[in-house]
Amino acid sequence: MAAENGEESILNHAETLAAPPTPVDKIFDKCFRTLTFVFTWATVLLLAFIVFRIGGQALPAMKEYGPGLLFSSDWDVNNNQFGIWPQIWGTLYSSLLALVLGGFFGITIAIFLTQDFLPHKLEMVLKNIVELLAAIPSVVYGLWGIYVLIPLLQPTADKLHSSFGWFPLFSTSFSGFGMFSAALVLSIMILPTIAAISQDALRAVPRRTKEAAFGMGATRWEAILRVILPTASGGISGALVLGLGRALGETMALAMLVGNSATVSLSLFSPASTLASLLALNFPEADLNQTGVLMYAACTLLLITLVVNMLGTLIINTTTTKGGER
Amino acid sequence: MNETKNNLLQLPNLERHPFEPRALKSILLSTITVICAILACVPLFSVLVMLIYRGGSRINLELFTALPPTAFQFDGGGISNAIIGTLFMVGIAALITIPFGVLAAIYLAEFGPYSKIATIARFSAKTMSGLPSIIAGVFAYAIMVITMGSYSAWAGGVALAVLMLPTILLTAEETIKMVPKRMKEAAFGMGCTPSQSMTKVVLPMALPGIITGVVLAVARAAGETAPLLFTAIFSEYALEPNDPTASLAVLIYNYSNSTSENQLELAWAASLVLVVLVFILNMVSRWIGSRTRK
Repeated sequence: MAAENGEESILNHAETLAAPPTPVDKIFDKCFRTLTFVFTWATVLLLAFIVFRIGGQALPAMKEYGPGLLFSSDWDVNNNQFGIWPQIWGTLYSSLLALVLGGFFGITIAIFLTQDFLPHKLEMVLKNIVELLAAIPSVVYGLWGIYVLIPLLQPTADKLHSSFGWFPLFSTSFSGFGMFSAALVLSIMILPTIAAISQDALRAVPRRTKEAAFGMGATRWEAILRVILPTASGGISGALVLGLGRALGETMALAMLVGNSATVSLSLFSPASTLASLLALNFPEADLNQTGVLMYAACTLLLITLVVNMLGTLIINTTTTKGGER
Repeated sequence: MNETKNNLLQLPNLERHPFEPRALKSILLSTITVICAILACVPLFSVLVMLIYRGGSRINLELFTALPPTAFQFDGGGISNAIIGTLFMVGIAALITIPFGVLAAIYLAEFGPYSKIATIARFSAKTMSGLPSIIAGVFAYAIMVITMGSYSAWAGGVALAVLMLPTILLTAEETIKMVPKRMKEAAFGMGCTPSQSMTKVVLPMALPGIITGVVLAVARAAGETAPLLFTAIFSEYALEPNDPTASLAVLIYNYSNSTSENQLELAWAASLVLVVLVFILNMVSRWIGSRTRK
């Protein structure tokens, strides 16, 4: 009874904030909810519109040249002959090279940062440094590549070519601009992505799994190589696939360093060209017909990266949920 | 004695010797790891040192106030129009994407997190975040440059917006989700409508996280070159939003293989300005992020 009286006195208090929503509030609520709903739809439609718009612009060229354009290597603007096979090759080859290098360094750094090699403070410093690598704009990497990396690589590359010229990887002389310099810069650019996602995967490995390995008398590296890495392999492969996705779409560093010559060659020192750099260099001065072909190339690039990225997200999603249940 | 005991219990030899092969292998691998980690830091420091060494001498008032020099002008000149152009286009992109991204994030986090459209939108945003930046440029070219008939700062802003949207949306969703449920329920208990609890309680609490996402997206957009190459291209004159517009990133690209030593120096100086800008933005976002975690 006394409590009821107390409640009443609070409710009767003139300055209470609690109040049922007024009609204006309800209308505002409705509008606000609709607005958020509209923008959610807009996100989906934007992606659809991007694909649709680029696809639409590419359609005439697709009809005219068909899939043959993907596998032809002639690029002759005057005779309206186009082929983007060298660019597709260059995109895939440079990305894979970058993935091998960046993947090795990225995973090694992820292990270094997660397996108690360093005191926590130093770990954070190194983690920040690696993240800052990702913050440097790619055009700055391109500039750095031209004036720092290429002169640095020149002597080693010349030596490799003169001693191992018979080996397909070193079969062309090094002119500076080419696959090797481009892939090296590309690997620096994808390293932070791979390192960051691999770290998440390695941190998700349950402590008891690790301690079980140590309890069996495993050395630190036996535990890492035979227990921790296999357990985290799902997340790490996702990291590699997403790194590959970044490498495939990277434009500026490649346009500045790859040499932009439509060559298909296994050699690391040969100049090459990629889909993204083809777009970057030819779009500004393209006529209508050429724009169609470039849109076709953009479509191809879009398709490759979409597939790779979806694959990566899928791998990470499936493996991390499993990791959580374990 | 010890050995027989071990044999009886069938225990493996648990003693470690510093020079047995497996211990040596462990040491070797650790060394390789340390070397790899140091090697990975080299590019960052090399870039920073080179930027200061080659671009530092041009950091003066003229750099920030003068227009770019022609190829035949052997000294002087600045990058004022590129700085303003970058800020202008990133500003346009932010104006488009902040309301867009935050409103969509509110729906994804709060009003319909498990609805079908939310799942599709989340997937779209993740896919867009992996979109090659040049594709954003191609898209802006197709919708803005072709329809307007000329290169413009607006087209550049739209291209950057496509790149910024996923970052802003996804980080905003994460931070809105992290606001404790009891705060929302307290608001409901006071008779708030869901929108009122969102705008008056949840958003103010999530604001630092949202700002972190925005700042990161801005930092990334400021350094993007590929989407601007054929949407805003470049100009040597002061900002005119309806005409081609200069930006720091495209200036660096255009001057990077210039034969004019003066322009090349400006490219390094512009890189230094850009990297300092991007680093400051990154630090700011980290600072906000770390402050809110406490």
